[in-house]
Amino acid sequence: MRVEGVAWTGQSLPRVEDAALLSGRGRFIDDLGVRSGTLEAAILRSPHAHADIVAIDTAAALALPGVAAVVTGRDLAALTLPMVAGLKVNVENWPMAVDRVRYVGEPVAVVVAETRYLAEDALDAVAVDYAPRPAILDPMASIDPSAPLLHEQSGGNLVSDRRFSYGDPEGAFAAAERVFEITVRYPRNTGAPMETFGVIAEYDPFEGVYDIRANFQGPFSIHTVLARTLKVPGNRLRMRMPPDSGGSFGVKQGVAPYAALIAVAARIAGRPVKWIEDRLEHLAGAVAATNRVTTLKAAVTAEGRITALDFDQVEDCGAYPRAPEPATLYRMHGNMTGAYDIAHVAIRNRVALTNKAPTGLVRGFGGPQVYFALERVVQRVAQGLGLDPLDVIRRNLIPTGAFPYRTATGALYDSGDFPAAVALAASEGRLADLKARRAAARAAGRRYGIGFAAAVEPSVSNMGYITTVLTPQERAKAGPKNGAQASATVSIDPTGTVSVTAASTPQGQGHRTVLAQVVADVFGLSPADVRVICELDTGKDAWSIASGNYSSRFAAAVAGAAHLAATRLKDRLAQVAAAQLQAQVGDISFAGGKILAKGGASAPFARISALSHWSPGVLPEGVDQTIRETAFWSAPELTAPDADDHVNSSLCHGFIFDMCGVEVDEVSGAVRIDRYVTMHDCGRVLHPGMVEGQIRGAFAQALGATFLEELAYAEDGAFLTGTFADYLLPTATDVPDIEILHLETPSPFTPLGAKGVGEGNCMSTPVCLANAVADALGVGDIVLPLTPARVAALVDREEPAAPAGTARAAVRPGDRTLRGEGAAFVPAPRAQVWATLLDADALASIIPGCHGVRKLTPTHFTAEVTLGIGPVKGRYEADVKLSDLDAPSAATLSGSVSGALGTGGGAGRVTLTQVEGGTRVSYAYEAAVGGKVAAIGGRLLDGAAKAIIGQFFAALARRAAPDQAGFFARLLGRVTGRRA
Amino acid sequence: MKPAAFDFVRAESLEEALETLAAHGGDARVIAGGQSLLPMLNMRLAKPAVLVDIMGLPALRAIRREGDAIIVPAGVRQAELLASAELAAQPLLAAALPFLGHYQTRSRGTVCGSAAHADPSAEIPLCLVALGGEVRLRTRRKARRVPAADFFTGMMTTAKADDELIEAVAFPLAKPGSAYAFKEYSRRHGDFAIVGCAARVASDAIELSVCGVADKPERRAFPRLSGAALDDALNAFAWELDARDDLHASARLRRDLVRAMGRAVIEEAARCLA
Amino acid sequence: MPRLSAQVRHDVRFTLNGRPARVAAEPRLLATDALRHGAGLTGTHVGCEHGVCGACTILIDGVPARACLTLAVQLEGRAVRTVEGLAPAPDRLSVLQEAFRRHHALHCGFCTAGILMSVDAFLKETPDPQAHHVREVVGGHLCRCTGYSAIVAAVLDAAATLRGDESNV
Repeated sequence: MRVEGVAWTGQSLPRVEDAALLSGRGRFIDDLGVRSGTLEAAILRSPHAHADIVAIDTAAALALPGVAAVVTGRDLAALTLPMVAGLKVNVENWPMAVDRVRYVGEPVAVVVAETRYLAEDALDAVAVDYAPRPAILDPMASIDPSAPLLHEQSGGNLVSDRRFSYGDPEGAFAAAERVFEITVRYPRNTGAPMETFGVIAEYDPFEGVYDIRANFQGPFSIHTVLARTLKVPGNRLRMRMPPDSGGSFGVKQGVAPYAALIAVAARIAGRPVKWIEDRLEHLAGAVAATNRVTTLKAAVTAEGRITALDFDQVEDCGAYPRAPEPATLYRMHGNMTGAYDIAHVAIRNRVALTNKAPTGLVRGFGGPQVYFALERVVQRVAQGLGLDPLDVIRRNLIPTGAFPYRTATGALYDSGDFPAAVALAASEGRLADLKARRAAARAAGRRYGIGFAAAVEPSVSNMGYITTVLTPQERAKAGPKNGAQASATVSIDPTGTVSVTAASTPQGQGHRTVLAQVVADVFGLSPADVRVICELDTGKDAWSIASGNYSSRFAAAVAGAAHLAATRLKDRLAQVAAAQLQAQVGDISFAGGKILAKGGASAPFARISALSHWSPGVLPEGVDQTIRETAFWSAPELTAPDADDHVNSSLCHGFIFDMCGVEVDEVSGAVRIDRYVTMHDCGRVLHPGMVEGQIRGAFAQALGATFLEELAYAEDGAFLTGTFADYLLPTATDVPDIEILHLETPSPFTPLGAKGVGEGNCMSTPVCLANAVADALGVGDIVLPLTPARVAALVDREEPAAPAGTARAAVRPGDRTLRGEGAAFVPAPRAQVWATLLDADALASIIPGCHGVRKLTPTHFTAEVTLGIGPVKGRYEADVKLSDLDAPSAATLSGSVSGALGTGGGAGRVTLTQVEGGTRVSYAYEAAVGGKVAAIGGRLLDGAAKAIIGQFFAALARRAAPDQAGFFARLLGRVTGRRA
Repeated sequence: MKPAAFDFVRAESLEEALETLAAHGGDARVIAGGQSLLPMLNMRLAKPAVLVDIMGLPALRAIRREGDAIIVPAGVRQAELLASAELAAQPLLAAALPFLGHYQTRSRGTVCGSAAHADPSAEIPLCLVALGGEVRLRTRRKARRVPAADFFTGMMTTAKADDELIEAVAFPLAKPGSAYAFKEYSRRHGDFAIVGCAARVASDAIELSVCGVADKPERRAFPRLSGAALDDALNAFAWELDARDDLHASARLRRDLVRAMGRAVIEEAARCLA
Repeated sequence: MPRLSAQVRHDVRFTLNGRPARVAAEPRLLATDALRHGAGLTGTHVGCEHGVCGACTILIDGVPARACLTLAVQLEGRAVRTVEGLAPAPDRLSVLQEAFRRHHALHCGFCTAGILMSVDAFLKETPDPQAHHVREVVGGHLCRCTGYSAIVAAVLDAAATLRGDESNV
């Protein structure tokens, strides 16, 4: 229990949120009741990475039972405007594809029906005719002027290219004793909250109001985007957030386009519509962190002092630069020099569009990408100069006493003592012991490495930082944008009890508990006396464009705003109490549920606090009411970018120093974390238990990013990680216990001295672990995620040669084409087999599950086919051609299929050889598979293709030599029968 | 992500189940634990017209000993086999079962269901092949027993006909004079194996079975080799399995694991034997 | 033989948290939807609908089951327990629930119900587990918030309390 007189703030109180969540009484979006008559939606999504939509036929779907509406992109476009983005570029960004799809998983149609089950039945009945286009997946290839264009009117896939120079980077590089350079490709991953997106929307045609409930997290600048898209004034778009949200990590910012989409579906259907995203949809199309290609150069003295940095970043925002992108690229702009005192910086930032899902907010937001390059370069510098990496870090840290510290690119670091934190981590984290463990392991022939990472964790972003993507001239024209309005309301009801609301959208962080602690301390109450509600309603609550949960702004900004509101109310209550208790205002204090005057007089808190309701006439002069106080707070330090592109991109800057020891198994590629130490300075800690939870949670996500997680695409744009069996999240058996250390240097810029803390390890941990693996294996290039195969491949071990006849052709890395070869014996003459192969009718009859053949030419036909292995069966439209005929010995068979389960295409060369007693049919094929099947069956595709192609040749054998095959089948049946 | 519509037959006798299968053939699927089937239904990868629930048939629920084999009928859940006293007589199965999925899926998934699903990385098929077990199939008209090596014919493909039900699988007991060992490597605990290896070592013979590499579990017999000769045999086996690259592992890693883990399980079994 | 037609809703009767319950279900209705929207118990959450995340884990006849991999019709005649049935009284938490609260073993609480159900069954068969046992059982669930350590600590703590082992309480 609390010691009397000690503040509640700073204690690890049990959370008020927990009892409901633990007993199944949470109120998540799908738990909320809906109005009678509410319909459910399902979304048809593109199986193609890039294709024109030639036609959509919805008639069959509309005719199905329970189906109320089918909404296509054109229907949507008739009622809305494209969503605006942060970039001035001519790209139409719709919540659903209009005439063209640009990534696998892009919405193509929405079916609205009585139940989700019926809606999904109807999805299969929507017929979409696609004309595929070449897809472009690699951002470096996409910005080549010759690359296929995603958006013709944009003039190129490179939609932003800005260069920045701070100090004199050219001079510093020219004078540098050494220059180190690294190119890193940071992969795509995502936050994958356990709860998916959910929207319940309705439209009132008379008032022209969209009322949308969604587990959207903000930023509410997107409200403006949505209102414009829906073509209503801001006050005609009401957004309400449910009381509980099942995690977000930034990702639920991406609910926004679906809010618009479902709202329009509700308008068209004339009834409320509910949509709960499923996991396949989420992984394919929700929100990805950007993948980024960074080339980073460091100018360095012989002693390892970094004098200048030169970043060349190419950001892949996917198919559309969706608001608030390209924010990922600019969120770190003020702190690109990380924890280091580096005066000269050059930056080139480019934004590429590719045929992947759009990107957006994901925990860490730009930090993982930047620090992976920066801290890998620091290790390279150490390796290159023969120095201890920690010495290089120490030599470059911003010195003690330099705060507030202005970085080269414009950030104002609020507080910190980086050298002290590093020293503490090295001693408390037992670095000397770690080094001894490494020496012992290496002496025993094992691969052990130590990694370090230092990072500055920004929080409370400046709404204006995104405008750094614009030129100073463009910014001047648009007018300055800056700040970060946070708001909270404290109110007192007629019984004198305190309630708090805040423009926050918690997804599990425990905001209600912390707000109760903070406000209780102001009023001298117990947190149990304070009731907090966080379910933002833009129709009624005090909010602004910066509202929401992002950029780790709660502790620093929102809790601060609540503190401010409570303090203002308290100051007025003190005046009321002074009048009531016949005391001086300065002698009034609040403690233990009482309001006390210095001389000993006191009154229960509620008696004084309720007076404003019951006896407003007794309020002293100058006190209008003590019923409700709303505070808006934005820090003056958050100024707009200046004419030289300096930007204080965030208000708070925490510090992290991580170090770890890992052991690598060089055969299996398994990496065991021997020890992981993470030192944090997040300013004043408001709730130690929650801070620890944020650190452990961020660490676990970072562990996933390091070893497991990638939203993977094939070169042709097929999406490959559509399930939780392919997009792997860390489990309890994967996440080690870590050692957490703290140094507290309160922020002078925030009301409570707190800074954000939840994102830091997503920035520091991947590169710390990568540095350790690099140290263990003595290698330079590390690509995430460090899958077992990638780690094992880093070790230069020669493989024992294949015995004769078993070796296969080497496959280009990253090539996911399905390839195979095989042979079948057909007990029939070659001419007969050839004739079968050339006869479209016969061919159709031997293609597994083929029906409804339409012969276009003697060597070209289409058909409906049912393909599958085991229980997995799907109906497809097939288009089959025979070419390169070399009678009677060889032909090329090529074709494509498409259906509800996905698409496939391939070609195979069939060779017929006369052998004793019949014909040997040999074949070799290459195939590619896309759509749903590729996204959810990746592990099994190769074998499935092999099995299906095997079925084809077995059928060929039967067809070309029916009697013999039948005879063998009977014989075989008898043999097996006898065994039974 | 909801299944397409189907009829549901709650079989009250084996005959009823078999009759439904006979009537619907490939359009009917047996549902027991549902751990492999339901994901495919939810994703609409499979759209059977009829499901036949066999979990109400008491005859299919009891593990029994039959001669020198453990008979596991179609209604036995993986957790029930893991908890069975019979498992003491089959150390390979005892070693492999804890790697099968998770606590929460073993409690529902059946042993025969895993055999029927025939995932190339799965432990049950591997054990059946490694031990020379058999699969007992039945239609309305006849019963037959298929050696495991013949039952698994490819990726998710088996010798089971559409109208057949897997009535039981049979795991031979440990052979006297043999020792067994099992190892598996997966990306996370409980995931399908990148490579799984099962060894039986006797005074004059080695058998190594591998899952996760070829499109079905494969077994090879070697003489009691050691040293470089064993390395060569393992290397040849590793290459013969024709490993492929996929999202989770490379062909090279799989071959490396067959060589290294293959050797490790053989040595472990040899130590147990000694 | 009982054959439930695809197009019709059938009466499914079972015991839900100790009380008789019935829902109307087409054969294809998932147990998750039946419990949440049919029986109105929304504490069982849906995270992936392919059996990986574990958020929907319930107990059927005392053993854990992914409700998303269970058809409502399969609940016929079974004893089903959900997170709503864990607490001894509406205003009291169970030992396990209390331990989760004490250890901050939940953040957003979306995965929590499933984990509680798994662990509740597990501790009944394994009252004195080692940490690695607990990690394996919790390993059948995905939690994106906590990093798991607090969950493991809470389970070990609850196990000790349930054993009456005061030294660990």
